Amino acid sequence: MELLKVNDVNKQFGGFKALDNISISISEKNIYGLLGPNGAGKTTLIRIINQITGPDSGELFFKGAKLNQKHIKVIGYLPEERVLYKKMKVGEQALYFAQLKGLTRYDALTKLKYWFEKFELQAWWNNKIEELSKGMQQKVQFIITILHEPELLIFDEPFSGFDPINVNLIKNEILNFRDKGATIIFSTHNMASVEELCDNIALINKAKKILEGSVTDIKQKYKSNIFEISYKGGKEEINRATNNNIEILETTGNNGLCSVKIKLKNNIKTNDLLQLLLPHIQIQSFNEILPSMNDIFIQRVENDKVIN
Amino acid sequence: MKKISLIIKREYLTRVRKKSFIIMTILGPILMASLMIVPIFIAQMSDETKTIAVVDETGLIYNQLPQTDNLKFEYLITDITTAKKIFLNSNYYALLYVPKSIINNQAAYNRPISPILFSGYQPSLNIKMFIANSIKKEFETARLEASGIDPNVLKSIEMKVDITTTLLKESGKKEESSNSEISTALSIFSGILIYMFIFMFGAQVMRGVIEEKTSRVVEVIISSVKPFQLMMGKIIGIAMVGLTQFCLWIILTLIIITFFKFSFPNIFDLGRMQEIISNPQASQMTMQNIDQIEKTHEVLQGIASINFAVMIISFIFFFLGGYLLYAALFAAIGAAVDSEADTQQFMAPITIPLIFSVIMAQFVINNPNGPVAFWLSMIPLTSPVIMMLRIPFGVSYIQVAASAFLLILGFLFTTWFAAKIYRTGILMYGKKINYKELWKWLTY
Repeated sequence: MELLKVNDVNKQFGGFKALDNISISISEKNIYGLLGPNGAGKTTLIRIINQITGPDSGELFFKGAKLNQKHIKVIGYLPEERVLYKKMKVGEQALYFAQLKGLTRYDALTKLKYWFEKFELQAWWNNKIEELSKGMQQKVQFIITILHEPELLIFDEPFSGFDPINVNLIKNEILNFRDKGATIIFSTHNMASVEELCDNIALINKAKKILEGSVTDIKQKYKSNIFEISYKGGKEEINRATNNNIEILETTGNNGLCSVKIKLKNNIKTNDLLQLLLPHIQIQSFNEILPSMNDIFIQRVENDKVIN
Repeated sequence: MKKISLIIKREYLTRVRKKSFIIMTILGPILMASLMIVPIFIAQMSDETKTIAVVDETGLIYNQLPQTDNLKFEYLITDITTAKKIFLNSNYYALLYVPKSIINNQAAYNRPISPILFSGYQPSLNIKMFIANSIKKEFETARLEASGIDPNVLKSIEMKVDITTTLLKESGKKEESSNSEISTALSIFSGILIYMFIFMFGAQVMRGVIEEKTSRVVEVIISSVKPFQLMMGKIIGIAMVGLTQFCLWIILTLIIITFFKFSFPNIFDLGRMQEIISNPQASQMTMQNIDQIEKTHEVLQGIASINFAVMIISFIFFFLGGYLLYAALFAAIGAAVDSEADTQQFMAPITIPLIFSVIMAQFVINNPNGPVAFWLSMIPLTSPVIMMLRIPFGVSYIQVAASAFLLILGFLFTTWFAAKIYRTGILMYGKKINYKELWKWLTY
């Protein structure tokens, strides 16, 4: 089911167009990646979803109802930077933000206790934010974002500033929330985490959406017939066997075991290729190399530049 | 509404707990109380007794100089050289030498006579003046006698004039004695205080907004509450900090004054002073002491004649009104800029009317009911300070009500105006803002 629908949203700042007819649809219990280079309009879109600013034109729907102030309670937003009152005590601050989101004092305290224990922050309850390390501040920010158990979570670069152990901790919590039924919008430049976490993505460049779809579909669409073959034998043997139907991109290994990256030419199918190869070499593995999201991202954004 | 009260609570508590707030709260009343107590105390305080040795070669002032509680004279019958030696080996504060030559100089009427005062330290101006006056008196008496005028006749002619000012009220109301010096002092004090309060707490609003903007906390808050709620929450929270500080100051000042009243009952005893003044002979006091008591009495009576309830209520009202008017503008500035350094160009239009009203203070006090004072106390930008300057001199209720009404209109307008700038500015980063840009936000 569709949780959030953004319909033809436009936003202009003075003479600068920040969002140009953006439409996206995010289904429930999904992790949705919002990708794009710096200044593409992602933050503006996130702000509009958070109702921090309104769109110039276009509409947003949350579970079919027009997005309104009541939905604030069911949305959680983790901004890119740590945004906390530096001089305020950790516990007090977390309590304040939780109550602003509509939790009662008692509920907020109970939940905070649980999360502070989980993230090993209890000892810092009475310290000022500025006395905490970056990573700890980010943890506090994370707790503040998810404390009211929102149906829609918006994370803007959630992993920046964390060491690998804490990245895993946060990643697992994000997946946990998805499994418990939350929908997650995930804005990042870290393509590895997109591949790992996201079900669907939208790529925004220069205020326009230039790509949308599920990560698997997109990868399929952008694949370019590249395969990796490992076999026993010499470097030259593969060339002899395929009659110039492939282009060899990269060869590694030596006489004992070879690994090559090839690109298929002349519309040859994988089965045909294998038939050609089998009599000559002993194949150990045969994989299709799908393009990484990183490659697709760069390719699309660069293409966009050429067109404009 | 619940969220606004959360914001107010946070703004209030974080500020009230600050060390700077606690220090100001303690220092303020000590300063205020000392402003009231110290002059009275000093007027009453008896210094250690100083004894001055006198060598009088003329014989005119021998045993004639008036003794006071803290100034005694001892007359040495010896020549000045010996006297100097004695002085060096004694506890005399100073040595007064009136040489014979003075009398010879008397012929030259317009030349001042000059006795010499030797001392170990630079003698205080008061002592110098006192001795000069006393010697002058004695020499004048001597001259009068020489001219055949009876000094007693002269004394009977001497008069003293002291104007008592009294406010004439409508028939039936009790007439109150007033004291224009005290009114002036109070007027300046409360005018400056309201100016300081508006500036101090207005700037706190601005700094708070800048802090939220630069740390981007505002993004998280604005995703939970409306910008207007955040702005009003901050303004109201800080207003309550101001009120708390003011009330604590009043209470602590009262405590300190009461403490002094109990510790030194004589100083504050109006009844006893009245008695001394009306019947100076019975109290066996020197003329100078009675003068002093009279002065203290006047000050105390002046303070007693002030209607403190009216002063405090009007202070609170005009502080709140003026603060709300300016704080909204301060908030708008904070929202428009990226750092405190950028505030300068926008601060001018706000600070000018405030500073102007302080500059006009002297003028208003000289003519508290003149047209300039009247109009400045009606214009909302200047009225908080100017009205506080005028109130100690008495202002008609209609004028106060009109001024209050206009002030409320004024702050409703500035709040509306500021909210428009605030809501756009608070989410705008890295853009150099000018007045043209602000105008766009207003009409946006």
